Amino acid sequence: MPVVEVQGLHKRYGDKVAVDDVSFSVEKGEIFGILGPNGAGKTTTVECIEGLRVPDRGKVSVLGMDPRTDRAGVTRKLGAQLQESQLPDKLRVGEAMELFASFYPDPADPEQLLETLGIADKRDTPFRKLSGGQKQRLSIALALVGNPEIAVLDELTTGLDPQARRDTWDLIEDVRDRGVTILLVTHFMEEAERLCDRLALIDRGRVVALDSPSGLVAKVDDEQRIRFRPSEPIAEDELLALPEVHSVTKSGSHLVVTGDGNALHAVTSLLARKHIVASELRLEQSTLDDAFLALTGRGLEAAEQGGN
Amino acid sequence: MTTALAKLTKTEAKLLLRDPAAVFFIILFPPLLLIVLGAIPPFREPNPDTGVRTIDLYVPILVAMAIAMFALSGLPNQLASYRERGILRRISTTPVSPAMMLVANLIVFVVTALGVTAVLLAIGKLAFDVDLPQQLPGYALVYLLSLVAMLSLGLFIAAVVRTAKAAAAAGQVLFFPILFFAGLWLPRAAMPDTLRQISDYTPLGAGVQALTDTAAGGSPQLLHIGVMLAWIVVTGIAAARLFSWE
Repeated sequence: MPVVEVQGLHKRYGDKVAVDDVSFSVEKGEIFGILGPNGAGKTTTVECIEGLRVPDRGKVSVLGMDPRTDRAGVTRKLGAQLQESQLPDKLRVGEAMELFASFYPDPADPEQLLETLGIADKRDTPFRKLSGGQKQRLSIALALVGNPEIAVLDELTTGLDPQARRDTWDLIEDVRDRGVTILLVTHFMEEAERLCDRLALIDRGRVVALDSPSGLVAKVDDEQRIRFRPSEPIAEDELLALPEVHSVTKSGSHLVVTGDGNALHAVTSLLARKHIVASELRLEQSTLDDAFLALTGRGLEAAEQGGN
Repeated sequence: MTTALAKLTKTEAKLLLRDPAAVFFIILFPPLLLIVLGAIPPFREPNPDTGVRTIDLYVPILVAMAIAMFALSGLPNQLASYRERGILRRISTTPVSPAMMLVANLIVFVVTALGVTAVLLAIGKLAFDVDLPQQLPGYALVYLLSLVAMLSLGLFIAAVVRTAKAAAAAGQVLFFPILFFAGLWLPRAAMPDTLRQISDYTPLGAGVQALTDTAAGGSPQLLHIGVMLAWIVVTGIAAARLFSWE
C-alpha cells in the first residue's frame, strides 16, 4: 500500500489556480521527488499533504489517514521541513531539538540525531549564528526528531553552496536507508536526478510526467550526440553506413554524429579499425532538462522566468 | 501534551531573559522608575488638600505600566515575528497546536507581571511606606481585568499587523496615549476634568483608578469595571476573528 496517495488534487487562491489536477502515490521506502519550476504548485501540493491547507477538490491520504481530520495521527507520522521556515534567533540548537522532541510521544534521541547530521558541536549555538547549511541540517533534524515514517522536505538545498548541497544529498540518502520514506520538493534537475527513485514532473499545477529520472529521460529521447575531432579525415558515408548512426554533420574540424543508444560504441569501433583517433570526444545525452522541455514545450529556466 | 506546554513555557521564559531590551523595559524599568520617583522629596509629601502623596498615586500607575510594556510591545511583536518567520506554521505540522505557543507566552507574561507587581508593592511599602492594597480581593479582580484588557489589545494588534516591525510600531504608538491616560506623566488626580473623563474610558485609565480605589480599601467604580470589560469584549472578539496563524 502506498504511504502517501494524492488523487485529483485541486487548489485555488482566489481566482489563481495553484494546483489544477495532481495525482500520484508514494511507495514506502522510496525517495519521491516533486520537480517543477517555481510557481508550478509543488509547495501547495505538499502543504495539502501536511494538512496545512484544505484542498478544494481531490483526495489526500497519508498512511490511510486524512491530513485535515486526523491531525494527531498524521503529525505523529509525518515530519516536515518547510520552505523558508525559521526559528527564534536566540534559540539554541540543542534547545530546539529538546523542544520539538517534547511534542512527540516517541521521539528520537535528539543528541544522536545531531550527531548523525554533523551538528552536535553546534548544540549551544543560537539559531541566528548558524550558517545556511547548518540551518538546513537542523531543519532536517527537527523533521526527524518525532521518528516519522515519512519526511517531507521542501526546497531543502535552495541557497546552499554546491558542497553543502552535496553533503545534504548524502544525508537524505542516509535517512532513506534508515527506512524513512522521503517526499522531496525541488526545482533542481541535478538534485532530482541524483536522489529520486521516482518523480512527478509538475508544470502549471498539473503532473506532466511520472517516472524514474532515467525513465523520464528515455521516454523523451534516447538519442546520443557524439562530438569529436578525427585525427584524419573520414568519409561521412562510412559513418552513415553504421545502422546505429542517424546523422553526421561537420562543424569546423569537428564531426557531430547522432545515433541511438549504441552509437558511441559503433562509432569508436569503426574509428579504431581505421586507426583514427577521436580527440576532444564528447558525448551529450538527454537530461531531465531536455525531458522537461519536451514535455512542456518550455525549458525549466524559461518556465521559471515565466512562472513568476 | 503537558510536557510540551512545560517545555514551551520554559523555552519562552529563556528567550525572554535572553532579550536585554525586554528584560530592561518589562522587568527592571517599572521598579527603577518607582525608586527614582520616590527619591524626589516633594513626591513623598502629602498634598495639603487631599492628604495623598504623589508616590502613593504612582504605585498603581507603574503596576499598569508593567502590564502595558509586555502586552503592547512584547506580545504582539513576538507573535507577529513567530508568524512572519513561519514558526507557527512549523509548529502546526507537529502534534502540538500553535495555540500552545501562545498559551506558553501568556503564562510567561502573567508570571512576569505578577512578579513585577509584587516587587513594586514591596518597594513601595519598604522604601516609601506606601500601604499594601487594603481590599485584596477587589484589587486582585481589577488587576486581572486590567491584565486581560491589555492582553486583548495586544492580541488585537498581533491580529491586524502583518509583520513584526509593524507590530512593534503599532505597540509603541498605542503605548504612549494609553500610559498618558493612565497618568504616567500626570496622575489622574492632577488631570483637568475633561482629561480625566476621557481617561475613564481608556483601558488603563479605568484600570489605574480601580487599582487606586481598591488599594485604598474602597470598592472600584462600576464605570471602570464596565469600561475594562467593554475593551476586553471588543478587542478580544476582533482579535479572535482576525488572527491567523499564517
